[in-house]
Order: sequence, then C-alpha cells, then structure tokens
Amino acid sequence: MKKYTYTEKKDTRSGFGAGLHEAGKRNKNVVALCADLKGSLKMDDFANEFPDRFVQVGIAEANMMCIAAGMTIGGKIPFTGTFANFSTGRVYDQIRQSIAYSGKNVKICASHAGLTLGEDGATHQILEDLGLMKMLPGMVVINPCDYNQTKAATLAIMEYEGPVYLRFGRPSIPVFTPADQKFEIGKAWMVNEGTDVTIVATGHMVWRAIEAGEKLAELGIDAEIINIHTIKPLDEEAVLKSVKKTGCIVTCEEHNKFGGLGESIARLLTTTYPAPQEFVAVDDSFGESATPDQLMTKYKLDPADIVAAVQKAISRKK
Amino acid sequence: MKHTISELEDIASQVRRDVLRMVHAVQSGHPGASLGCADFFTALYFEVLNHNTKFSMDGLGEDLFFLSNGHISAVWYSVLARSGYFEVNELATFRKLNTRLQGHPTTHEHLPGVRIASGSLGQGLSVAIGAALTKKLNRDNNLVYCLLGDGELQEGQNWEALMFAPHHKVDNLIASIDYNGQQIDGPTEKVLSLENLQAKFESFGWHVITSDGNDMAAITKALHYAKSLTGKGKPILNLMSTQMGFGVDFMVGTHKWHGTPPSDAQLDNALGQLKETAGDY
Repeated sequence: MKKYTYTEKKDTRSGFGAGLHEAGKRNKNVVALCADLKGSLKMDDFANEFPDRFVQVGIAEANMMCIAAGMTIGGKIPFTGTFANFSTGRVYDQIRQSIAYSGKNVKICASHAGLTLGEDGATHQILEDLGLMKMLPGMVVINPCDYNQTKAATLAIMEYEGPVYLRFGRPSIPVFTPADQKFEIGKAWMVNEGTDVTIVATGHMVWRAIEAGEKLAELGIDAEIINIHTIKPLDEEAVLKSVKKTGCIVTCEEHNKFGGLGESIARLLTTTYPAPQEFVAVDDSFGESATPDQLMTKYKLDPADIVAAVQKAISRKK
Repeated sequence: MKHTISELEDIASQVRRDVLRMVHAVQSGHPGASLGCADFFTALYFEVLNHNTKFSMDGLGEDLFFLSNGHISAVWYSVLARSGYFEVNELATFRKLNTRLQGHPTTHEHLPGVRIASGSLGQGLSVAIGAALTKKLNRDNNLVYCLLGDGELQEGQNWEALMFAPHHKVDNLIASIDYNGQQIDGPTEKVLSLENLQAKFESFGWHVITSDGNDMAAITKALHYAKSLTGKGKPILNLMSTQMGFGVDFMVGTHKWHGTPPSDAQLDNALGQLKETAGDY
C-alpha cells in the first residue's frame, strides 16, 4: 500500500473559494453568483477583488440559476454558489430547462453536500444530488476529494465549455493530493495499485478508502484504490481495466445507494464485464443531526465498513 | 419609423395567417395568445428591435429578446421567419419530427433567433435579467426585451426576478406582460387573481407603462417610449393589454383557444378574415 500522509486538514469548500478567486484573476469573463451564502461558500476573496463580477442574488435560488443561464449569453462564465440541496433539488427544473437543455456554460458549485454537513440535519444534507444531476443529458458531475483537488477542479471547469455540477463539502479533511496537480475532467486518479479488489471512491470517501486500504494491507489484502472525482463522464476504461485485474469492486460514496456512483459502475459492469460489486453508500435514507463523524459511523461510511464490503466482494468471486 | 403603421398591420395579418396554418397543420399548438401577441411581435421585430438576422448566440452589439411564455412559439417562429432569420417555408415543419421548430422554443436544435429554451413557465424574466447584466459588464448599450404571460405570473420565480431587477438597477431591460386575463383553465380572475398588477410592479420598483397590445400604432409608440425610459436606474415594465385570439371573430377574448387548433372549416373561416399580404408559406 502506497503511503499517503498529510500535514493539514482543510475543507473542500475553501478549495473552491481559492479556485474561484484564481479563476477570476485568470479570466475576466468569470462571474460569480450567490444566494446569501457568500461566507459559507468561501466566495469572499472573489467578491472583494471583483465586486463588479459578483452578483448577490439573495435567497432566491431559482432566480439565480436562470440569471446565470442568461449571463452566459454574451460570453460570461457564471459560477453559482449555494448549498448542494439548494443547488439541485430546489432548482431542478431551472437547471433542466435553462441550463442543461439550453446547453449553457454554467458552473453549479455546491457546498455542504452529504451527511458531513452535520448538525443542521436532513433538511440540508442532500444525499440525492449526484443522481439528480447525472441524469441530465450533457451535465458533467464532479466530486473532488480534498482541498487541492477541489481548487484544481474549479480551475478546470472554467476551461471546459458546458454545464458542470461541482460538489464539495463543509468538514475539514486531510489534504493529501498535490497542490500543483492538473485536474483532468473524466480521468480517474489511481491512488494505489493492487490486485485483490478494486475500491472506487468519490469525494470525502477517498481518504476513508485509503484508511481502509491500510487496514486491508494488514489483513493481507492488496486493494487497488481509484479516485473517481468525475462521476459523469465516467472513466469507464480505468474502471474496467482494474476490475478485469482484480475481479471484484467496492464503490464508496457519501450519497444514497440509489442514483450515485455505485449505480453508474453497476451499469457499466453489467453491460460489459459482470463482476461482484458491493456498495458503501447510504441505504436509501435521509440523514439527521449529529457530528459528521457520528453520522458517517451510523450510516456505515467508515473505513471499517469499506473493509467489510471488500471482504464480502472478494468472497463472492468465483 | 422603418415602416408605416399600415405596413406593420399587413405584416401582422400575414403572421396571424401563419400561426393558424401552423397549428392547423399539426392539429396542436397554442393559437389563442399567439394571435393576441402578433401585433407586439411585429412591432418589436420590424420596428423597435436593433437586431441582426445573421444570428449569433452571444448577440454582442444588438438588442436581445427572450420569450418566457414559450407556448406561443408559433407567433415567434412566424415573425423570426418573416424578418429573415430562416426561410419562411420552414414554418411548415412546426412540431414535426426532426424540426428546429419544436413545440416550445429551444436552442437544442439551433434555430436562429432563440437563445434559451422556454416552456416551463416563470424562468424567462430571470434569464433576461442575466443577459442584461452581461450587457452591462460588456459595456454594450443595447437593450434586452422579454415577454411574459399574465397567467405565468402565478409562478413564484417571477417575483424573485421582479424583486431583483430594481434592486440591482437593471435599467437596460424592458419586460412586457401579455395581459389578456386568460389561462388554460379559465379567466385569471377565477383561477388565481392577479389583482392590481400595476401597483404590484410599481411597489417592487419598476417603471410601469401601460399599452394596448392590439393597436399597432399604440404598441409601437409604447415600445419606443419604453426605450426612451431605459438607462435611468429602473427596469421598465410594459403592462400590455391584449385579447386572446385577436383578429379572428370566433376566437377572440376566450381561453377556449389557448391550446386548441382550428378545424378545416374554422381555418377557412379564420383565413377569410385575415389578408394574405406577404404570401403564405
């Protein structure tokens, strides 16, 4: 198992904020819109340096999404910022008609996704957003794994022409990917090469997969770990290549088991290379109030849950 | 004036013929408000709008128009074709397989003149505001126009947009309301009353003007006047009274023709009331 270390913990939303600020410096067409969550989305640096290019919409997310769509007409690159719940379910029809179907170059940037929002509870902990967004034709769906990767992803989507959903979160987690990384949309990131099982993980679950990989190594299981930061388009080649080598797979996501990364992988495998698959995901449930760590344990998203899923997947190999 | 009022009225008559023939041919579509807005669209595209029929999505250096109540696509398509965005004969493909003239307007099939999909109601004013903000950032002094249905105002998002535009001084925007008092299920007063729209818009901070949308001289004058009010710190709202089905005696003033196509005999009757001025497609 390749050794991963970190010197600090940071929130991925701050990676977005830093990326947005940098994007604003690099391209004068970048504009940012926010629905009364500028501080929570870490958009202050952008707003302070480029006040003319920052639009405070107020608590009106539907209006924000359609204003963003309109702003693309004339060449602007709008980044919208609010919580993941209000970036998707609340405004699904606006995104569907005015952004996705209309093919507009809007970057929907969504913080506080998943259970790790913590104490605010289930009204704010969306676990369905990946599914909602990946079903929209032409929508790119990205869920980076740490601060550095979120910053790099924010800059990468600026360069990409078309609608993007960028998902990140609130808790401070280890920063273990390089600061100078190049983020390639749709290109899986090999975390650790192994032979016994493939573990694919997205977002906050990547570090947990690494912790699980270390435990598995102690048990004599050699896990291949892949960071799927882009859920759509899925790097099918990387997943298939790995599963053909290992013969089974575990998918890890801070999301409902319905509609997320795991189902994308299942569709890929059943139509090309059927193999045992286990899901580490929320079991069709809403969340609740508690600390992020308590919730990740209760909803079975801990490294120990990944280890158990791996053992089950391996036992199902023929 | 680029055209006389009489010339504009002739164009509107041809546009009404197009609308009726389009919805009749596929026995689907929305003739009622399309007929009611034929004068507005004609005045806008043939007289008021600074536009380039060699279409570009970004529309730099020209005025932009957004249709929020996308179900009246037939009248928009007719006016786009008649003003030169695409061949008039393409109107014959309306709502048919593989057409660029989808039931509701879309950019997906790349029809020149359309810059956003609409149909799901309540989104167009927000889109127009966004385009107007970009015009300001680009230091482009051209204007953004938008048309909304009155029934559509029951969608809450409009009131988010109505609140936003005055606060942010979006004064390069002219929104018109097709104030015909009808919607699918009946008169708006019965379905969900709009109450005093002028007072509502004014209290939100818009500069409101009223107009008669079925009088070519009046609507042309109103749009020119609206233009003169731009750049003064307030968005402009043209509360435009129209009659659904205007121009055809048995269709006028009722919600029954909102989404109902005419029969063969009804089409003949209706076309007999409308002069063919520019040649049917």
